[in-house]
Amino acid sequence: MFLDQFVNAIGTGVMLGSIYAALALGLAVTFGLLHIPNIAHPAFVVAGAYVVAVGNSCGFDPLLVALVALVPFYVAGLGFYEFYARLFERRGAADTMNALTLFFGVSLVVETALLIKFGTNQQSVSVAYVGQSLTIGLLSLPYRLLVPALLAPVMILLLWLYLRFTHAGIAIRAVAHDERALSVSGIDPRWIKRHAFGIAAATAVVAGAALIIIGPVDPFGGRLMIGRTFAVVVLAGMGSLPGTIAAGILIGVSESMVSAFASPSWAPAVAFSILLATLALRPEGLFGAHR
Amino acid sequence: MTAKTSLMTAAPPPAAARAPEARTLVFCACALAVLALGAVLTQTIANPYVFFAAFIIVQQVALATGWNVLGGYAGYINFGATAFYGAGAYTGAFLLKAYGASIFLCLPAAALVGGGLGLLMGYMTLRVQGVYFAIATIALVVMMHTLVLNIDYLGGASGLALMPPEPPAWTGGQVQFVFLVMLGIAVLAVACARWIEISWVGRGFRALRASEEAAECAGVPTFRLKLSACAISGAILAMTGAPLVFYASFIEPETVFGLALALNAIAMPLIGGKKSWPGPIIGAVLLGSVQQAATITISSELNILLVGVVLIGFVAAAPDGILGLVDTLRKGRQ
Repeated sequence: MFLDQFVNAIGTGVMLGSIYAALALGLAVTFGLLHIPNIAHPAFVVAGAYVVAVGNSCGFDPLLVALVALVPFYVAGLGFYEFYARLFERRGAADTMNALTLFFGVSLVVETALLIKFGTNQQSVSVAYVGQSLTIGLLSLPYRLLVPALLAPVMILLLWLYLRFTHAGIAIRAVAHDERALSVSGIDPRWIKRHAFGIAAATAVVAGAALIIIGPVDPFGGRLMIGRTFAVVVLAGMGSLPGTIAAGILIGVSESMVSAFASPSWAPAVAFSILLATLALRPEGLFGAHR
Repeated sequence: MTAKTSLMTAAPPPAAARAPEARTLVFCACALAVLALGAVLTQTIANPYVFFAAFIIVQQVALATGWNVLGGYAGYINFGATAFYGAGAYTGAFLLKAYGASIFLCLPAAALVGGGLGLLMGYMTLRVQGVYFAIATIALVVMMHTLVLNIDYLGGASGLALMPPEPPAWTGGQVQFVFLVMLGIAVLAVACARWIEISWVGRGFRALRASEEAAECAGVPTFRLKLSACAISGAILAMTGAPLVFYASFIEPETVFGLALALNAIAMPLIGGKKSWPGPIIGAVLLGSVQQAATITISSELNILLVGVVLIGFVAAAPDGILGLVDTLRKGRQ
């Protein structure tokens, strides 16, 4: 009985953690690489989940809807970055604090707009595999967790390959290191940052699809996620993409252990405790370079 | 004297002719006058609703001022004002439930709890960049919320209904009494903020906001200053929360740790102007009275949406708030 519970808590934790990594991926790009503290990212994810829910209610598969919505989210990300950059980037780094307030306001406006449009009711999707599970010995893996959990490694691998092997990807990593040097080599850093921000926003809709396949989503679902996503990014170490999945799984497993053996009502505090502990003890994260 | 004069040039110029001591006297007189006016009003106005509404507005003033000590002077954004506010509110509720304590005991207790929480928070996060501090404050709200949900003695998710003790007879009623207490807290908070602003502590905070590295190099004790900003701000915010249970006879985690308060605490100083003490007051009175009028006519969701849009507008167009706008206008005319 105990072994059964333990094995399943680990299994659920790994899957949840993988999903957290998917949620945090956009932030790993904006905050980890571009140093833009986009606390509105979880609100973007929730908005993505709503887009997927609307598409699903018209009879389309959630993942298909997410794939199609990648483009509008990318474009929206470009536009949002342009707005942000015009206000803050030229004034220099000292305005990070005002930028934070801006993102806070934006996430609030997104959430409340969703609330007014769709009401406080939770939105959900219906797919054939929800309710079934894959059973391996003691371990039972519900498909509603397994399918989104498999999305994260795929997304992270694709993004990692993109950053490693394409011209634009290398430029994105370069802009994270030294903006001046990049502009000396004849590339407009602003263009590259805008592009990276667009990619980060596009990951939000896939993460949103993952979030809504797990279970119903309400407009303020992003609030809890702010801490979790930042915990993942900070624990992973700034800018380390493969690290996000390890950090996500670490947090997911800790949460499901607490849920299984203490009480589910304590679970939300786990990610935040990990975040605070990381900031206090090892601010460079598990896989990050010293900063 | 040289330090004082250099400060005076940084402060609003028109009143610079008067000596700082005289201005402090005028300020004290005004503060006493506000308190006396409050006391007179409780005796003359019969409609208790006025005090229900006025309590909220005065509470907003205290909240905005408390937030501004850390967020405005020292430049550390705190998204978790409700964590401190809630800690204070639940300290008050706990003392009232356990010992039937008077409000005057709850206030210093809440201030101690809030100050301690601020110190802890600062100690854990201020060694890294300010961005992390801001994120950690969001985390703090969720942790406090989770903590309260799991303490059955404090009522958990369903909240706690308590009967506050009888107010002193001369105040004319519970609402009037709690309003006066809150007015006292607000005046105290503003006086504290003003003292910080004109003393060496405020100069230290401004140095932090301008450039932490430069301040450190110039021998400013940055870490100790940051910690004291956290502690003072936390204490004021918690003290502002303490009277809540005496005001409403009921307390629940959803409202205490709710979004509306956290948002207001940021929006009010930003709208008024966060560089000097009148800014938060202007913002709080403006936003507070508009909201009091608006909650009657429009939904609370729309209310939050409007505040959010106004917040974005000010951050984008006028980061120094209304006072900043007035300053630029005045300079433009000269």
